[in-house]
Amino acid sequence: MDAGVFGTQAVLEALPENAAVKALASLATDAKFDRKELTITVARENIIAACKEVQQAGYNFLEDVTAVDWYPSEPRFQVTYHILSHSLKERVRVAVRLNGEDASLDSITSVWPSANFYEREVFDLFGVRFGGHPNLTRIMMPTDWNGHPLRKDYPVEGYR
Amino acid sequence: MAPTSAPDMLIPDVEDVVADARRRHGVTPPADQTMVINLGPQHPSTHGVLRLVLEIDGETVVSLAPDIGYLHTGIEKTCEAKFYQQVVPLTDRIDYLCPMTNNLAYCLAVEKLLGLEIPERAQYLRVLLNELTRIQSHLVWLGTHAMDIGALTVFLYCFREREEILRIFENVAGQRMMTSYFRVGGLSLEPPLDFYQQVENFLKIMPGRIQQYEDLLTGNPIWLKRIKGVGYLSAADAIALGVTGPPLRASGVDWDLRRDMPYSGYEKFQFKVPVSNDCDVWARYIVRMDEMRESVKICQQALAGMPTSGPITADAPKIILPEREKMKTQMEALIHHFKIVTEGFPVPAGEVFQAVESPRGEMGYYVVSDGTAKPYRVHMRNPSYATLQALEVMCKGRLLADVVAVIGSIDIVLGEIDR
Repeated sequence: MDAGVFGTQAVLEALPENAAVKALASLATDAKFDRKELTITVARENIIAACKEVQQAGYNFLEDVTAVDWYPSEPRFQVTYHILSHSLKERVRVAVRLNGEDASLDSITSVWPSANFYEREVFDLFGVRFGGHPNLTRIMMPTDWNGHPLRKDYPVEGYR
Repeated sequence: MAPTSAPDMLIPDVEDVVADARRRHGVTPPADQTMVINLGPQHPSTHGVLRLVLEIDGETVVSLAPDIGYLHTGIEKTCEAKFYQQVVPLTDRIDYLCPMTNNLAYCLAVEKLLGLEIPERAQYLRVLLNELTRIQSHLVWLGTHAMDIGALTVFLYCFREREEILRIFENVAGQRMMTSYFRVGGLSLEPPLDFYQQVENFLKIMPGRIQQYEDLLTGNPIWLKRIKGVGYLSAADAIALGVTGPPLRASGVDWDLRRDMPYSGYEKFQFKVPVSNDCDVWARYIVRMDEMRESVKICQQALAGMPTSGPITADAPKIILPEREKMKTQMEALIHHFKIVTEGFPVPAGEVFQAVESPRGEMGYYVVSDGTAKPYRVHMRNPSYATLQALEVMCKGRLLADVVAVIGSIDIVLGEIDR
């Protein structure tokens, strides 16, 4: 297995020609190129700007939005966006780290309407709030459900 | 009895009857009255438990909101509590019409984390079984889609051929639907000797059978009236709403993961990617019919190109369960077996996203490892979930009956929508 490249500067040097690296060079707070997959972390206030930048760079298709809960370490949540380019035949993973007490960031439904359902899912199962989302309600669980099941401090068999 | 005069025999105008009824009952409805109705969750055309909240004006759809969550399985949470190898049977259940495709996507993701190389023969077998899965999934789609619109014969024909494929699965994996045949690092069992002959026989009859379905439907005026020009979805909308697979290609976007970002050895196969610019239910029908033909070709190439001998698992004794025979003679094999079953195998920390072209579109597995023997997080990116968002765009302004045709055309499986 080839060793990955870690750190913004190292990725910039290793992949100077990559369209996503070029587009996000100024916004990235961290980057890695591990197992041939590029991950770029941006600050939460920059997520809409970052999405617009990669969209401009040819990454036209939002495949997925999901989250990982790194409880109990902080920043607790990692919201992950997988963005695909039909013309470059490449993917980029954009990640945002969020603190547990204030898990909220901007919705990217203005950039990709498909984020609507994905963000509702992340909100429902992780309790991450998306500002500016047109309809931020629970999508899988009943509306009166207590807690967010995919959080690590939510027991596998549920409360009770 | 006196003959009735000619004007009395005329059929009265519907408008007049309605107006008369309103006058007699004193009802004066507002001009733009709409009504909210529920389609599903148990309606046969919703293919599982999908509830659509429809606002209709007469029979015209004004707005449409899918309500999901009736099948909530907690599958992603369950994955976090299992060893890596124990997740494989769970992935079967996320989309019960293409278990092999789900197995493949998950196994490829974990193999990427581990850095495992898969032997060529296993890759060929995986491709072969995946394409058979695609055919059987498309057969269920075609049968139920045609049945929704009222053509029952096709349903019976499709299930006749699907039965053949399920027999092949039963022969090779011991299971008809929830096969769990793939393993991280290869396949679980050596295929039986008559497997290749069985597949060959099936591939011989299949092109003729696809022609039969086309003979029944493609020129059928009722079928055409119900699906031509219905459920329009432009290429820009399809991309913006995250639509993948046959619905995307039916909107004129030439994109197929098998050709454009090959995995599991698909770069060795020659096949066409059917694309249509009609953007309607008809286009999705034609694209899937052509896809079945291409899948038959891929299966034939896989049979012809497959190495006749060689291992079906990677050389990784700490990850793959040893053969049963070896356990009786070798202490090492017994130890490995015990350790894999009781403790699993650790996977190096990292995160990967692996997408494959499932019959419904891009099926992606996002697996995060923290270095232990259990996945820290498994997320499934399922094609129907995104395609469901496009349903409103396709149905708005059309008739209620068209909604049924459109749901059939996106080939929805509710198992993969609920997490």
